[in-house]
Amino acid sequence: MQSRLRGTAMTLAYERRTIARDLTVDIPDHSFTVVIGPNACGKSTLLRALSRMLKPAVGAVLLDGEDIQRRPARAVARTLGLLPQSSVAPDGIGVAELVARGRYPHQGLLRQWSREDERVVAQSMAATGVADLADRAVDELSGGQRQRVWLAMALAQQTPLLLLDEPTTYLDIAHQIEILNLCARLHEEQGRTLVAVLHDLNHAARYATHLVAMRDGRVVAAGPPRDVVTAALVEEVFGLPCRVIDDPETGTPLVVPAARRRAASEVPA
Amino acid sequence: MIVLRTPGGLSLRLRPRALAVGATCALLTLAVGVLALGSGDYPMSATDVLRTLAGGGTPAEHFIVHELRLPRLVTAVAVGAALALAGAVFQSLVRNPLGSPDLLGFTQGAATGALVVIVLGGTSAMLAGAAVASGLATGALVYALAWRRGVHGYRLVLVGIGVAAILTGVNGWLLTRAPLMDAARAVLWLTGSLDGRGWAHAVPLLVALAVLGTAVLAAAGPALRLVEMGDDAASALGVPVQRLRLALLATAVLLVSLAAAAAGPVNFVALTAPHLARRLTRAPGPNLLPSAALGALLLVAADQVAQRGFPGHQLPVGVVTGVLGGGYLIWLLASERRAGRL
Repeated sequence: MQSRLRGTAMTLAYERRTIARDLTVDIPDHSFTVVIGPNACGKSTLLRALSRMLKPAVGAVLLDGEDIQRRPARAVARTLGLLPQSSVAPDGIGVAELVARGRYPHQGLLRQWSREDERVVAQSMAATGVADLADRAVDELSGGQRQRVWLAMALAQQTPLLLLDEPTTYLDIAHQIEILNLCARLHEEQGRTLVAVLHDLNHAARYATHLVAMRDGRVVAAGPPRDVVTAALVEEVFGLPCRVIDDPETGTPLVVPAARRRAASEVPA
Repeated sequence: MIVLRTPGGLSLRLRPRALAVGATCALLTLAVGVLALGSGDYPMSATDVLRTLAGGGTPAEHFIVHELRLPRLVTAVAVGAALALAGAVFQSLVRNPLGSPDLLGFTQGAATGALVVIVLGGTSAMLAGAAVASGLATGALVYALAWRRGVHGYRLVLVGIGVAAILTGVNGWLLTRAPLMDAARAVLWLTGSLDGRGWAHAVPLLVALAVLGTAVLAAAGPALRLVEMGDDAASALGVPVQRLRLALLATAVLLVSLAAAAAGPVNFVALTAPHLARRLTRAPGPNLLPSAALGALLLVAADQVAQRGFPGHQLPVGVVTGVLGGGYLIWLLASERRAGRL
């Protein structure tokens, strides 16, 4: 059976700058897929294409077997959600009101706020642990809380597929883990397909069920973290000499960068 | 937040505070309007005005109210509402409190067409048509210059300010080419004035407001709220951002051009009304309906001040909105700077 979300033979380009050529990516259903790769390898661009924001110059993204660009934006937004890297909370907006905006694709001129909307918004806030903040203004929240609110908004959209563009950037380590734990729980409990771009290889190896490693607009390797994260691959993709050991907590691969080689002058006689 | 639901599954969401602000503005506009209809060389009491409006009164009173004063009042209401609605749409679309049609060149563009007609000579219908046409052409020009894989807020503001500067120069040059009499008429028009406005000025704008205004409020209001969160966030929620932006820019430019055709480029209403509305409703988002109501009130009140505030002198309404709006702009810049948004 084919996956619900696939990119086939895509050329991704901004004006004259081509980011990727002949890129084919398959997002296994119900996976927690993480895309990794060095800066400017095209991972965010891939996410833009998968979420219908960037039209591939060649090739197509297929959602349920149909070209995503040919489907209306609103219909796509009921199947596939995206948490972008930079969103602006309007001045003075409350938490519950922001989360409620996630219901937009399910609403209409005469169906502005159904009981279903109300239920889903409450549920999304509970799932992300922001229910207590419902009446607070988003501007007053900490970075970690704010990211959970944005995630609640994306959840309220109730899409079986959810893309996350670097959801842990700008957060401290504790909040990064908090967000990733939350994503893992949503993936396990709600059976959603998650696709995240992450910078931290070890986070990726720990949380992903499926890894996609990219370099220079190509997919270098894809598969379960145990198969993908090897010292040879990390060296090839990131140019980083390293050792890969088992994570003492989870048993997943853990990348340990090689120690700095001391210059001859530093070596004690 | 009030939610109305029918058993059939229809639901409406209302914001009491926004509704209250809109209703209060509408009532105040009505009150100032009755005052305006009663004041002038032939003063009338409020009761006389209302009786005449209802169809009573002497033939003289009927003529004064219905033919002389009401068209001016209705034009003021329509111009104020159209400018404020367009301003709210612009500010929301470009996510910038300074993204108002008076600063982005659209009003200057409408003025260019009008000046050409004044300089070359033409009827007032031609003047209105030229204002609308050149306003729309300016809109298309700004859109084309700002286009780069779609149009994005900041770039549109910068291009718009540039185009505004160029058109101000062109307008100045046109004025120097005009014969003295025409130049005086042109300057009056450029200030924005409601003197001698008749039904012919009010009706096209009213029709446009009824059609476009309703369409904007009903179809684009919620989507516009999402665009304020960023293009990516809005399109992730299923808003066709670029198509919406083009449609709304065209609509707003059309409203501004029609308003300019009716009353000249009245300054600052489009800038100030949406801000004040947001402060009053304390609601995020474009606040379209309260903005429109407040715009109507501002212009009607400003026109009353312009006509009666300085006994012996009748000012063009644009002078009053310019003085008030300029002061507001300075205050706004200072407070936005303090808040770290500029």
